[in-house]
Amino acid sequence: MTNPHDLDPAEQRKRIIAGRNRALALVLFGLVVLFFAITIVKMK
Amino acid sequence: MSTAPAQPIPLPADWRDFLSLTKPRVMSLVIFTGLCGMLAAPVPVDPVIGFVAILCIAIGAGGSAALNQWWEADLDARMKRTAARPLPAGRMDRTSARDFGIALSVGSVLVMGLAVSPLAAAILAFSIFYYAVIYTIWLKPRTPQNIVIGGGAGAFPPMIGWIAATGQITLMPVLLFAIIFFWTPPHFWALALFVETDYAAAGIPMMPVVAGHQSTRRQILVYAVLMLPIAMAPFWLGVAGWLYGASALLLSAVFLLLALRVAVFRGTAGDMDMRPEKRLFAYSVLYLFILFAMLVADRFLVG
Repeated sequence: MTNPHDLDPAEQRKRIIAGRNRALALVLFGLVVLFFAITIVKMK
Repeated sequence: MSTAPAQPIPLPADWRDFLSLTKPRVMSLVIFTGLCGMLAAPVPVDPVIGFVAILCIAIGAGGSAALNQWWEADLDARMKRTAARPLPAGRMDRTSARDFGIALSVGSVLVMGLAVSPLAAAILAFSIFYYAVIYTIWLKPRTPQNIVIGGGAGAFPPMIGWIAATGQITLMPVLLFAIIFFWTPPHFWALALFVETDYAAAGIPMMPVVAGHQSTRRQILVYAVLMLPIAMAPFWLGVAGWLYGASALLLSAVFLLLALRVAVFRGTAGDMDMRPEKRLFAYSVLYLFILFAMLVADRFLVG
């Protein structure tokens, strides 16, 4: 397994940005589900 | 033509650094007390709306914590306890932290208003403003009473939880607010006693730095004495049952005993490992968790 400290800065940057994008996608998906659920409840 | 060597472009902040801006450990207490405030209410809450309310409380707390770290980045760099945070450690720029804090704060208030109630959103907005502006920017660098007044920020979650369930402010949420309000000074001053040098290095006027250890210990005791009747008030005023009353009495008595040890038996520089202070601080966290848990238990078991 690659030691993160052996990564060059460009590779580190790519990994950090990829990690942030995944976290953001998860949050956005969660918000979509949440707003859908809120809409269902409010319609009752 | 000479050219200066190219400056390395700083790496972007990792998502974990953004998460740490929200002070997750503090957020757990906020979530818990908010949830207890909601569950202690005498009306059922729709699970989805209840979840949204607690989520908004948590995100609002996270937003105000991020703004706190944005404002205090320079101070945090001077304290051992906080020097490893993303901003003082150079892992994030201040603009990102500020914008992240604002986004969380505004988003949480908006969603609370749309999904739960305007009143809950208004109280949440005020609590965020209270912590980020009144406490962090105004009071903390100016007065040793910063914790006394600023402690109000941490007292809002159970009130917001109650309002999210009932839609109104009544006696009980005010009492819950008062419990945390009076709990905050002894909790933080116990901490300040054993990290005093950190606060002094940063120039923050915490009570032990300004007024000295003896005065701080006396004041911890005063608040511990006040906490007993305030914690008992829900039982005495008939808004909580005997299970809560007995728990509040026992828990507050232990708190008072530990505060007494800090105030009376620590009069000289004998036991310098600060064990009574650390014990009181650790117990104060447990105190709040158990007290609020018993409030909920009382609601469901005693009624």
